[in-house]
Amino acid sequence: MKKLQSSLRNMLLVLTGICVIATGILAYVNQLTTGPIAQAKSAALKTAIAQVVSGFDNNPANDVETVTLTLEGKELTFKVYPATKNEQFIGAAVESVTLGFGGDLKVLVGFDPEGNILNYSILETSETPGLGSRAATWFQEGQKGSVIGLSPKEKALTVSKDGGEVQAITASTITSRAFLKAVNQAYMAYAKQETSQTTTQK
Amino acid sequence: MNNFKTLMNGVVTENPTFVLLLGMCPTLGTTSSAINGFGMGIATLFVLVCSNVVISSIKNIIPDMVRIPAFVVVIASFVTLLQMVMQAYTPALYNSLGIFIPLIVVNCILLGRAEAFAAKNKVIPSFFDGLGMGLGFTMALTILGAIRELIGTGKIFSVSLFPEQYGMLLFVLAPGAFIALGYLIAVVNKIKGKA
Repeated sequence: MKKLQSSLRNMLLVLTGICVIATGILAYVNQLTTGPIAQAKSAALKTAIAQVVSGFDNNPANDVETVTLTLEGKELTFKVYPATKNEQFIGAAVESVTLGFGGDLKVLVGFDPEGNILNYSILETSETPGLGSRAATWFQEGQKGSVIGLSPKEKALTVSKDGGEVQAITASTITSRAFLKAVNQAYMAYAKQETSQTTTQK
Repeated sequence: MNNFKTLMNGVVTENPTFVLLLGMCPTLGTTSSAINGFGMGIATLFVLVCSNVVISSIKNIIPDMVRIPAFVVVIASFVTLLQMVMQAYTPALYNSLGIFIPLIVVNCILLGRAEAFAAKNKVIPSFFDGLGMGLGFTMALTILGAIRELIGTGKIFSVSLFPEQYGMLLFVLAPGAFIALGYLIAVVNKIKGKA
């Protein structure tokens, strides 16, 4: 077969043809994978929620509430996933984002009804590997900077360098501050959501 | 040139990473662990084989003046397809490779092979060329990832060989990628020089 001439008509036809076929195939695959992608995402979210608030029997992802707070002149939205067991409120997981050392630091924090921290999980991070990335384990129960069981209710959590009670990650004060800021903001969103819910119920 | 020779050309003689030094951006960016390097290699291998086959089979209906845009559309379609499939079935790997999956589109190995090989050869040799280049790339990225992971964190494919605190953090970070790649190229050149 001889190669097609580079005339305007040929070029237009061939490029359009290729694009149409490619678009068709992609649209079809997109349709096939939309379901599994959504499933994979909600499964990942559910695992993360189960990690920070355990023992619920509802699907917190379905009962998600968005809370808007105005902090430092900026409007921030938080996602609060309430967890219930036998219709009884047992806590909530709150998604919170702050600016870390290398980019956004997205944390999921679990609170019990009293506002104590049950557990946390880092959803998205671009902190330095080996330094700031240790935030994933550093603040866990039994570790040096454990925040489990503490409550930002009375006083916002801060690192010891800033006069607080939480020990910062060695050589990663910025990440530690960002992490605690995320936790504090998550608590504010949680508290706000709590009060609005109790008032509407009464 | 027979098919086996074409295959080995990609893996050894013209290894895209160690010899041609193509596709440096994903090479340095994704090899922080062996499994990431391997995943990136396999993803590139898939796109390379598919785009080589398609391009060589439609090369005669593409007018010369628009061949580059046509190749890019073909490559980009396969990358998008791969991206959707990975997002659906291997979300963990998709998350750790992040932006580097869509960036396969602009990986110079792909356009390079399309232009230099697939556009001039028949379908079967093009398939083997894509396979060889892809395997060579996968191999290089896995070796580089394994070395960085081992020296940096004491693990290979997440299997711990020595405690993490003895690892050299430098190798997980960007400079370690350059250092490890430099030494690997030196070793490859030394071996090739003897043969």
